[in-house]
Amino acid sequence: MASSPKITIRNGRLIDPASGIDSHSDLHIAEGRIAAIGAAPSGFQPDRTLDASGRLVVPGLVDLSARLREPGHEHKATIASETRAAAAAGITTLCCPPDTHPVIDTPAVAQLIQQTATRNGYARVLPIGALTRGLKGETLAEMAALKRAGCPALGEAERPIRNTHVQRRALEYAASFGMPVFMHPLDPELSEGGCAHEGRISARLGLPGIPEAAETLAIARGLALAEQTGARIHFRGLSTARAVTLLAEARRRGVRASGDVSIHQLFLTEDDLAGLDANCHLLPPLRTQADREALRGAVAQGDLDAVCSDHQPHDADAKLAPFPDTDPGIAALETLLPLALRLVDEGVVGLTEMIARLTQGPAAIIDQPYGRLGIGDIADVCVLDPEARWTLTPESLVGRACNTPFIGTEMHGRVSWTLLGGRVVFERVEQD
Amino acid sequence: MSALTPQLDANGKLKHFLTLDGLDATLLHEIIDRASGFLGVSDQAVKKVPLCRGKVIANLFFETSTRTRTTFELAAKRLSADVLNLNISTSSTAKGETLLDTLRNLEAMHVDMFVVRHATSGAAHFIADHAAPHVSVVNAGDGRHSHPTQAMLDMLTIHRHKPDFGQLRVAIIGDILHSRVARSQILALHTLGVPEVRVIGPRTLIPAQAEEALGVKVYYDLREGLRDVDVVIMLRLQRERMSSALLPSEHEYFQLYGLTEERLAVAHPEAMVMHPGPINRGVEMDSQVADGERSVILEQVSNGIAVRMAVMSMCLGTQNLQHSQIAGATDGQ
Repeated sequence: MASSPKITIRNGRLIDPASGIDSHSDLHIAEGRIAAIGAAPSGFQPDRTLDASGRLVVPGLVDLSARLREPGHEHKATIASETRAAAAAGITTLCCPPDTHPVIDTPAVAQLIQQTATRNGYARVLPIGALTRGLKGETLAEMAALKRAGCPALGEAERPIRNTHVQRRALEYAASFGMPVFMHPLDPELSEGGCAHEGRISARLGLPGIPEAAETLAIARGLALAEQTGARIHFRGLSTARAVTLLAEARRRGVRASGDVSIHQLFLTEDDLAGLDANCHLLPPLRTQADREALRGAVAQGDLDAVCSDHQPHDADAKLAPFPDTDPGIAALETLLPLALRLVDEGVVGLTEMIARLTQGPAAIIDQPYGRLGIGDIADVCVLDPEARWTLTPESLVGRACNTPFIGTEMHGRVSWTLLGGRVVFERVEQD
Repeated sequence: MSALTPQLDANGKLKHFLTLDGLDATLLHEIIDRASGFLGVSDQAVKKVPLCRGKVIANLFFETSTRTRTTFELAAKRLSADVLNLNISTSSTAKGETLLDTLRNLEAMHVDMFVVRHATSGAAHFIADHAAPHVSVVNAGDGRHSHPTQAMLDMLTIHRHKPDFGQLRVAIIGDILHSRVARSQILALHTLGVPEVRVIGPRTLIPAQAEEALGVKVYYDLREGLRDVDVVIMLRLQRERMSSALLPSEHEYFQLYGLTEERLAVAHPEAMVMHPGPINRGVEMDSQVADGERSVILEQVSNGIAVRMAVMSMCLGTQNLQHSQIAGATDGQ
């Protein structure tokens, strides 16, 4: 990266959950890091000053799951198109799941992804390495090599390891290098062929269902193996109240486990399937209102450490079919922060807590020094106007895909500037 | 988030016929009445009315079917429409693009109506969403979701024997979970004011939260469920459900849920027995019941043609021609 300028962000409300700061303080940046908070260091001459009056200054967001579709599915999106969207959405660090093509099971693929992201310069991309070769659930991947190549964690994407013995050994081997393991808790047999929560709506519409137990079982299995092996396990994208309860209970017992939720699970429920909108086809499926309330509560209380976008951009054809035949997923990078702020405005989660789940929380899960604004920390910063109200339209999206059910929904808050390693990588032009 | 495709046009007239969800009792009675009028057409020397002359109807069957396709074809021909039959086998890789390509090609041939059968729930809505504005879509069965003409022919059949829906107890027996027929029947029965709808089957074949979701009473025991019912609707059990994780064997299924004269004895003495066909004799019911005096199974088939004529002519907007021409057609009834 080119040498970074000295920048001062003035008059903003600085919130950094990691250091407990919440005050109106100026932020001074030099050499790509936080140089000072409050008064400028003596002799500090900023190359640029950003006026953040009426705005929040928070750490750049860390998103534990965003598919960038490169390599292998460039007809849907690319690292360039999606990291640019991330920057516009205040997200500075993205983890991409290993189900690219080829799979992220060799250092070469992991490095290719990071190099492409670095060359584009919009956001930092951290590849999640595959636990097993080809994500086939049979032979362990070369995890130590993947770690050296920059993978902060390992995972199975949405292709769970069916063989419990292999799963156990994979967890143990990963634990040898202190690497956390991402699991998508969905029992493969119980969820096979399903496209909706097994409940009221699937019964009415005749949609093949995925029972709650598919998640409960996978969580119980993962927790038992984490306890047995001492491995660190992270459950990606919980969808049920039962899962939240199981996880919280295990954590109280000292099991090294964490969990996150995709932002849309905090808004949508099975009822949103009534119109058979393919953009509400998700995996795990949208569950009940009671599940949604439990997930919201867990985010507020910290039983879930992170909120993710679970960004899954699709080409139009992927959603042009009868509901069950469509590909699941939402293009979600650009709605992550506005929807999170809506939860704050609606009194569901405190502002500091919400910011923590988008920054410090996810960074801690992958042991990375991002998502915080202490002196000497890497200057990934998001400056946003919390009072902005706008309506999501296909034209307003920076990313390539517009497969989102939130088109037409009112969004709360809008990013003014995004800084990555002390450089401005996004700046909203129509600022007033 | 979005609502289902509207089935009524701006004037409240039927445009598509995709599901019974959201259609009111007045409309369902209109279908029944119009179909009743068409029943006489089959008895005429010339079994045709000119209601849809010059219209082109394409039977788009992505899932094989003989009976349903034949009755749709006959119904269209009796309305004097031109009929195209397309059997399109769907491989597992065939996706939306090919489905839409097929639609576009047919639209280019100036088709006025698609009659669609597809193995995937929601397919008829998808096609209606993407069809040209002048094209009507009639659902001939989509996945486990909906089969509204089958349900309406069953309603017509019930109505001809027991006209007061408000007094009926109806039991539906068998594989409710996978049945688009059952889902549509339940909606129709509720809309027409039937106070008690029961479903009977083993737990593996009853959908989750059926009582709340579908507004039915669930019975796992056939004898209990049949007690005092006025209408018994048997469902077809697909062969592939047998000897799987859903059911151990045909033998045990018949032992528990097969309809026999003896078991029917607990129902109302004048209870009628229905089946959408084709029957698996000795699995869903024995021949004595299927061919017995309470069975209206063959009448259902005849009624199927009339109901499909009614729905197709309504969707094609030929209401105005109705009175004189149907009156003429039904003189002999």
